Amino acid sequence: MHGLVNRSLQCFIRDTYGEDPWTATVARAGLGATEFDSLECYDDALSEALIGAASAVLNKPRAAMLEDLGTYLVATPGSQNVRRLLRFSGTGFEAFLYALENLPDRARLAIPDLDLPALELRRTGAGEFVLAVRWRTPDAACVLIGLLRAMADDYGALALFEHAPGDHGSEAIRVQLLDTGFAEGRRFDLAGAAR
Amino acid sequence: MSAARDPLTEGRVIGLSGAALDLLVPWHLWIGPAGRIVRAGPTVTRIVAPPGETLTGRDPFTLLDILRPYPVRDLARLLLLKGHRLRVRLQAHPDLSLAGMVVPLPGGGGAFLTLSPGAALVEIVRRFDLTLDDFAPTDLTAEMLFLIEAKSAAFRESRRLNERLRGAKTVAEAQAMTDTLTGLANRRAADAALAGLTAAPGPRFGLMHVDLDHFKAVNDTLGHAAGDAVLQEVARVLREETRRDDVVARVGGDEFLVILRDCDDLGLLDRIARRIIARLEEPLDRDGRPCRISASIGTTVSSFYDDPAAARMLEDADRATYASKSGGRARHTIHVPDGPEGSMH
Repeated sequence: MHGLVNRSLQCFIRDTYGEDPWTATVARAGLGATEFDSLECYDDALSEALIGAASAVLNKPRAAMLEDLGTYLVATPGSQNVRRLLRFSGTGFEAFLYALENLPDRARLAIPDLDLPALELRRTGAGEFVLAVRWRTPDAACVLIGLLRAMADDYGALALFEHAPGDHGSEAIRVQLLDTGFAEGRRFDLAGAAR
Repeated sequence: MSAARDPLTEGRVIGLSGAALDLLVPWHLWIGPAGRIVRAGPTVTRIVAPPGETLTGRDPFTLLDILRPYPVRDLARLLLLKGHRLRVRLQAHPDLSLAGMVVPLPGGGGAFLTLSPGAALVEIVRRFDLTLDDFAPTDLTAEMLFLIEAKSAAFRESRRLNERLRGAKTVAEAQAMTDTLTGLANRRAADAALAGLTAAPGPRFGLMHVDLDHFKAVNDTLGHAAGDAVLQEVARVLREETRRDDVVARVGGDEFLVILRDCDDLGLLDRIARRIIARLEEPLDRDGRPCRISASIGTTVSSFYDDPAAARMLEDADRATYASKSGGRARHTIHVPDGPEGSMH
């Protein structure tokens, strides 16, 4: 798994719960290092051990914890990177949904060795979509649900997301888009803040 | 490549509504035959027009400077630049220049100019508060901005990582116990060994301070590489003339400490010191040029002291070495407790 994934989990636990739960997670997972590099790649088993340990330490069901991680990635004021990079996908939430399928390609534009879940969006009715998520574990769909919820907020859209089993070993997320202009949404400056 | 003549398209022109033009080419400027702006895309209006005004009817050459390939100030000359890459400066923002291209409109109907932010992209987007809607969906600008942002984030991350590694390196260096040139123990390791020995009750050990003679001359005449080779050779001799459990440390440029465990036999220590001096005096061949050095050595032993303290012993060994130096170098001196240093030679 790419180091960004492990590092995201590390930052999520540290920022949300504090240093001690993170140290406990690392210890429980039987790892020596407490610091992950976002420019490295790690073994999948290591990420698996971390997620299991974090869920036990935080006393939170695995799926719920991963959803929180997805929300954290977008909604944390301190880390604007993921939110901003996602906002480049489109001016409204519906356009954003349609652009999701390009997400792995877009991510590879920036980080060539970043492997993201394959996504496929199907429109099933007015304002209703099914997003098929193909990944090595079901975890990706959980993280995505949290992330999509936060992005809907960001765009000011009102939408419901539901985890459903997919076919052929994929996971599915059912999306009901109720109102694209429900709230004002957060401002997005295309060029970013002056640095 | 010349296209085959197609009767369906031959001599025909496409007519597009203003709304279609705005969607397809949001960065367009249509200049009429009289040299006045007929219409402008929404983004160009935002960038070029004075705040709150429109561009219709205005003279484009009072708003834009066409700089490259060469300056032009009227429609007729502008049209001569058909198909060229233009550099276009905004008069209201002289620090910003855009890329542009012009084509003539059919039947002498004026010119159609398209603009693009070029390399000033980020600054233009920021200054005019542009959004994704200011670019056609087929335009790669969004990808470009995405990449610029992702690249900056990766840069920050890489810098953070570098700082962390540099910090770790500093810590590792501070904790190092080895002299990197010779592989001997360093000052910190020698201090730690001495502290360990003197902390135990009734310690028994000899402490030898070895200071090379004529080393500076080797460095000065044969160069630092030769100097380094000599230091490595000295390290080899010191290791060979001592036992595995003894501590041999390089504690300065050409200064060494030898801690001989369980040894306070002055006669034996003197024989060891003299053997070291003799071996160091054997000429080393360096690229056909002989390198000659020697050593001044000073020794003290723990049994000289009621309560041997590392600092005191180091000072005494150092003073004995100084006596060897001032006595003519290439000799060994044993510290005399509570008295002037007496040479064993």
